[in-house]
Amino acid sequence: MGAPRLELRGIRKAYPAVVANDGIDLAVAPGEVHAVIGENGAGKSTLMKIIYGMVRPDAGDMLWEGREVLVRSPADAQRLGIGMVFQHFALFDTLTVAQNIALASPARGGVEQLSEKIAAVSQRYGLPLEPDRPVYSMSVGERQRVEIVRALMQAPGLLIMDEPTAVLIPQAVEKLFATLRQLAAEGCSILYISHKLEEIRSVCDGATVLRGGKVTGVVNPRLESTATMARMMIGAELPEFHHRDEVAVTETRLEVTGLSLRSDDPFGVDLLDIDLTVHAGEIVGIAGVAGNGQAELLAALSGETMADRAAIRIAGTDAGHLSAAARRALGLAFVPEDRLGRGAVPELSLTENALLTASRQGMVAGGLIRYARVRAFAERCIAAFDVRCSGREAAASSLSGGNLQKFIIGREILQQPRVLIAAQPTWGVDVGATLAIHRALIDLRAAGAAILVISEELDELFAIADRIGVIAGGRLTPLRRRRDTNRDEIGIAMTGATFGTTADGGTRAAQA
Amino acid sequence: MRLRLERRPQPSALMVYASPLIAVALTALIALAVFAAAGHEPWSALVIFVTAPVADLYGVGELLIKAAPLVLIGVGLAVGFRANVWNIGAEGQLALGVISGGFLALHFGVGGSPVLLPAMVLAGAVSGALWAAIPALLRTRFNANEILVSLMLNYVAGLWLTYLVFGPWRDPAGFNFPQSAPLAPAALFPILLEDTRLNISVLFALVAVATGWVFMARSFVGFQLRVTGLAEDAARYAGFSTARAVWIGMLAGGCTAGIAGVGEIAGPLGQIFPTASPGYGYAAIIVAFVGRLHPLGILLAGLLMSFLYLAGDSAQMTLGLSSAVAGLFQGTMLFLLLAIDVFVHYRVRGTPAVVPAPAARPVATPVAAEAAT
Repeated sequence: MGAPRLELRGIRKAYPAVVANDGIDLAVAPGEVHAVIGENGAGKSTLMKIIYGMVRPDAGDMLWEGREVLVRSPADAQRLGIGMVFQHFALFDTLTVAQNIALASPARGGVEQLSEKIAAVSQRYGLPLEPDRPVYSMSVGERQRVEIVRALMQAPGLLIMDEPTAVLIPQAVEKLFATLRQLAAEGCSILYISHKLEEIRSVCDGATVLRGGKVTGVVNPRLESTATMARMMIGAELPEFHHRDEVAVTETRLEVTGLSLRSDDPFGVDLLDIDLTVHAGEIVGIAGVAGNGQAELLAALSGETMADRAAIRIAGTDAGHLSAAARRALGLAFVPEDRLGRGAVPELSLTENALLTASRQGMVAGGLIRYARVRAFAERCIAAFDVRCSGREAAASSLSGGNLQKFIIGREILQQPRVLIAAQPTWGVDVGATLAIHRALIDLRAAGAAILVISEELDELFAIADRIGVIAGGRLTPLRRRRDTNRDEIGIAMTGATFGTTADGGTRAAQA
Repeated sequence: MRLRLERRPQPSALMVYASPLIAVALTALIALAVFAAAGHEPWSALVIFVTAPVADLYGVGELLIKAAPLVLIGVGLAVGFRANVWNIGAEGQLALGVISGGFLALHFGVGGSPVLLPAMVLAGAVSGALWAAIPALLRTRFNANEILVSLMLNYVAGLWLTYLVFGPWRDPAGFNFPQSAPLAPAALFPILLEDTRLNISVLFALVAVATGWVFMARSFVGFQLRVTGLAEDAARYAGFSTARAVWIGMLAGGCTAGIAGVGEIAGPLGQIFPTASPGYGYAAIIVAFVGRLHPLGILLAGLLMSFLYLAGDSAQMTLGLSSAVAGLFQGTMLFLLLAIDVFVHYRVRGTPAVVPAPAARPVATPVAAEAAT
């Protein structure tokens, strides 16, 4: 075998607060699907940004086909033949597929010509796309295809994929893997970033494990067990996780009846006749592909948008017309999807962020803040939920995603809510923190709270939910008991039968 | 070298507070150069520039009189600025204070009632707040930009005051000058310090600093406003009303500006002029930001700003320089402060210019061939 397609030697990158990459070596052979795995904060993203020219390393060499190169910008990377598919897409909603691709393409020539190329590439790799379709009408899975096709148009020798399955339903994941295998067979190398070990075992030929910015192992994932890789990744045994038995259904804490809401956003989703109940001591999970009404449902439940008075009842009180503050006074707590900027104010300290929603815990008297109490609460939250930070005065923006999420969830749980609504509670959070968050939710359930979890991760819902429903196209299916349903059934329900979104995001329309 | 700015994760707390001092020091250096260029011995000119305005008690009184409205309005505006509510209309709100306070003084001054002054202050506060309520209402109801509305209302208020002083309120014994009759003694603030013009209206500024500090640092409403300013989504998530933030932010500025207007006519002016304010409403915006939107900082910034006004005037007399040097130094200082802030929040990173060119595209994958056909 000749030189690796890409080789990194001793890559180091230090930020003021943390050493993100510390002497990283990595080699990817031509036609290899190579995984980079690690918890959040292990340095995966920084490493990919270095390869793609978005971040410059402090030290270390990068070799392409055995020759030393210096990549100063994504344009340099593309010239070398490196393509990247980001976890968060960079597409213009109002433009068509072809226009979006044309924007990123250095080639001259009309959009029509490009359309033909798009059709050719997409057909070849089983990634059906209609070049003239505007992006806003596409599902997340289809948008990802646009990103992949856009990267493939540059004829890459190396394709970097950042957590590509996070947004896909199980059926679509299989199709993506088929595409990746075909690409690899044609000689394209793939760097596959993920923390889902099962996936890596099924699609990757090699894996480099990162922990705390260092390489802790280079393995063949097919010869390893999930447990051995997890050990390398988190440096400890993966704790066992047992779901407790279902509890007897008691009082109804959250009741949604016939909730319909038109979205103000032209690209938003209208909610259609949503019925939902969550009882005390129960976790209800709502699955669905992103952009099917989750954001709208959450805003309606939290009080950020108003609904009909009787459409939402919290702890037996009509609450559809109440403000977010009034709903919190009824015992509602809420963990939003975006941590920075919504769940927490980035510039403020953890202490001040505790005050953000926990002010009703005796933190305000006579209009003045009782900082001693706020500080005590923040410290309790940091200790009880193992939030790694420099202290309660650390700015929220200085925490890693997983630690900030633990803090936000802890803040809401410590208020002993009667109803807790959590959106994507473990999105982008590492394995250890995910388990901690799941355990905290289960404990809260045991304490008698009603919990609603909206998540795109089926694994998560099957791990913690008692009943599961699916939101698709703004409609919610009836809830099913977890033991009476399975992943395939939920996966099919996630495709919905609604406008614009189809089974795996567009095949039906494309084949028609 | 190509220079890039990289955001610091946590700016140094020391530098945040030191940067105004550094800006002042650098301004002094530039002042030395300006004096030298004008043919003066730079160091002694700087000493004269700095000491002449406050050489006597009268000068100190003038310093405080000029600083008081700047500080008062600055604190009020800072309440809104912290919540991202941009009240640029303090100048007009001040004019409303002049109009309403002046109305009371001209109509009820002769009786000499002891409630006249408190009534004037109250009228100034209410009228300034009402003027500020117009942009607040338009913003919360129709999402009209409060910057434009409050700014344009400055001209409306200014012209209204001009009309009154040129028309109905003109002093019949005033040789046709556009000015009102002198206000009755009952409508004037008592003098605080003998032989100066310093009157008790400066206490309003101190009260504003103290209240503003408690409000911003300790009150829950102040915290809510700050959250609204930093991250509106977080405020909405926590259930803090953004409309209430607009109202509180606008009214605080309007209220203080209105009181400052009364302080001018019932203080150093003693009668009503169309130009009751030499731009205090605008200068207070600079004062608020130089003072870091913090009441104590605003107090210091107001004194500094006022000092530069006086120093400009005295430089004309003692150094023969144009009084425009005051504006020059004010502008220099603000510019330097903003520039230093950039370095407090960002670090400069250089990228070496010499790099080996990337190799020509080394792999031809089948995709390229396919796509090209």
